[in-house]
Amino acid sequence: MIVRYISKTLLAIAIVFAGWHSAKAQETIKMGALATLEGAFTVLGEEGMRGVEMALEEFGYEAGGKTIELVTGSSDASPDSALRAARKLVEQDGVPILVGPLSGSEGLALKDYAKTHPDVTFINGSSAAQDTTLREPAENFFRFTGDGAQWLAGLGEYAYNEKGYRNLAVLAEDYSFPYTQVFGFLEPFCRLGGKAPADARFWVPIGNNDYSSVIAALPDDVDAIFVALGGADAVKFLTQYGQAGGELPLVGGTITVDQSVLGSKGRIRDQVIGTPSAGPISDTWDNPAWREFQDEYRERFPDGFPSPSLFAHSYYISTKAALLALDEVNGDLSDGGKAYRRALANLEFETPTGKVSLDERRNAVADVFLTEVTVDDAGNLANETVRVIPQVNQTLGLPYEEFLAYGQVSRENPSCE
Amino acid sequence: MGRLFGRHPNWTIAVLLAAVVLVWLIFAVWPEWLVNVIGRKKTFVNTLINGLTLAGLYFLVASGFTLIFGLMRNVNLAHGAMYLLGAYIGYEVAEASGNWFLGLVVAFLAVALFGVLMQVLIFRRMEGDDLRQTMVTIAISIIAADLMLAVWTGTTYQFTPPEWLFGAITLPIVSVVKSSGDAVFIKYPAYRLAVFFLAVAVGIALWVFLNRTRVGMMVRAGVNDRDMLAASGVNIQLVFMLVFGLGAGLAGLAGVVGGTALSIAPGEDLRYLLASLVVVIVGGLGSISGAAVGALIIGLAEQFGLAYFPTYGVVFTFLIMVLVLAVRPQGIMGGR
Repeated sequence: MIVRYISKTLLAIAIVFAGWHSAKAQETIKMGALATLEGAFTVLGEEGMRGVEMALEEFGYEAGGKTIELVTGSSDASPDSALRAARKLVEQDGVPILVGPLSGSEGLALKDYAKTHPDVTFINGSSAAQDTTLREPAENFFRFTGDGAQWLAGLGEYAYNEKGYRNLAVLAEDYSFPYTQVFGFLEPFCRLGGKAPADARFWVPIGNNDYSSVIAALPDDVDAIFVALGGADAVKFLTQYGQAGGELPLVGGTITVDQSVLGSKGRIRDQVIGTPSAGPISDTWDNPAWREFQDEYRERFPDGFPSPSLFAHSYYISTKAALLALDEVNGDLSDGGKAYRRALANLEFETPTGKVSLDERRNAVADVFLTEVTVDDAGNLANETVRVIPQVNQTLGLPYEEFLAYGQVSRENPSCE
Repeated sequence: MGRLFGRHPNWTIAVLLAAVVLVWLIFAVWPEWLVNVIGRKKTFVNTLINGLTLAGLYFLVASGFTLIFGLMRNVNLAHGAMYLLGAYIGYEVAEASGNWFLGLVVAFLAVALFGVLMQVLIFRRMEGDDLRQTMVTIAISIIAADLMLAVWTGTTYQFTPPEWLFGAITLPIVSVVKSSGDAVFIKYPAYRLAVFFLAVAVGIALWVFLNRTRVGMMVRAGVNDRDMLAASGVNIQLVFMLVFGLGAGLAGLAGVVGGTALSIAPGEDLRYLLASLVVVIVGGLGSISGAAVGALIIGLAEQFGLAYFPTYGVVFTFLIMVLVLAVRPQGIMGGR
């Protein structure tokens, strides 16, 4: 009891001092960055941090007349680890702005956490579960990078019409982001008449090591497999599928044939060439702003990937948005960040991949690229642009209420029987 | 066989029957009703072989673990770290030389040396103090994991096995007969079959070493009574070093073998430490044959669980462990 009393007093003193301290040190603003620097998505997290660095460097670590001090946090793609890291950044380091997290279910956890800290501004890193912004969004959570269903806009139609696939098996990790991706891909595919019944869908945990049992259970009578795995999981599956003599063509989820997989040290070449996919970036896009971003990345990170991955790109855009809005309010966060968040919500800016703005639930409206894996001039695997789908929003062009009628993303949505 | 039959007639009949059914399941073309009940034959046979090859890998890791425990009563919780270290060293050597087998050999030797050094520099100082030794191994595993993360980063590495082991081979097992009358044969990754045979070879080699050589005799004597062995003039420290080196080397070897079958990344150390712990708890601490039986049970349970009960498959392994601990706490093949 006494201990609790003392600790409460100490806490009160600490808060008073922290307030006084921050009032004095108004010349710097702390910015938190949270990414998965542990677990199966470690490489993706490292990429995310590269994106943060690139944006900060572009601004010379200064925005709105204040110096930006970066504080980083690490999670392992599980919601509770993200929550722990966010708590540490918000409650101990006292960051007023937090960029992150990386993975889908982490985003859902942070959205709920954001509601308990209305004065802190949360800007999503690259997490792309649908309900982070679609249902019951948090007023202070912003996503400038879109969700997993948005990212796959156009891929379902492409697989059905141009690839001619009719029956598909699905292999995905078992959490909110792949649910979103499976929904985004299958919804148009099955509306056109394609089939991917529930018993041809395989869900594996993040960090699964051994895909042999899944490969054994894959049906023979399908035209292709839709694979929505990320990072190390994708590399492992692709290698083992090659070893098992797998011959079915693949359709890739957004991060399945991203640079974080294509650029890895694994024998995946034969499996992925020609694989169609879609996402917010395309490695070979012929656009000066993208080329510049690519060159900048290659120069700064010689040990990075041959081309920036989605995660570097997402974190770059998110951090840049945070800094642009800071410029707009002249670094003034004194009213609990209200003016800052207004600036964020109205922000519209050009990114290396086209214009980005936010909808009324603070989710991005942005361009999506339909791609196919090829070998580029330097001999590296790269995603070649097939076409650009301009300004896709979260409800895929439908009115909000109508889109909600599709129901929440899950293992069984849509049913595709 | 006859004697066995005389003693346990019911059991023997049951085992024989199960074996016949299993052989039939593997080689016969499945009738329609069976496919309806338990799914396609391809899934079953592949899962069975997957279980066997995974068991092979688990045995390679766990045999070293159980060997060290059996002789020295040292629960080496740094065993997983040695697995990972072996994998990384093997990867570097294989990449630099272009020779996978060289990577395998160097990984074995390097990690064996690491084990010997650990025994000489650390564990000899706290001999007989089991708890302290165990705590030290935990410390070593944590430090080693962070050092390896610093050197090799979080990237997932994937070995390239020798060309002739890459790809799939067709097994002489018919999966289904198509309506056209063509038989479809089952394909399986060549490399994973090689893992199984390597594990069998290592198992036999260990058995010969322990049962047919002079040093092996000393090791067995040491397992039974260390003090007596020392009193009879054997340099027991040398035997300890040898066994620790061998056990660690096996972990390093398994690192390369397992890293090629699956992949290497931070976190694998804990996975294989946990796997070898479960395997030896089920099989019996300190017994090589126990490690083999335990690996077989856990490998098969894991694969069948994943294939047929994907959501709850993970629980199987631990259910088995709980069951064994409840019924036979010393493990299936454990003495004492």
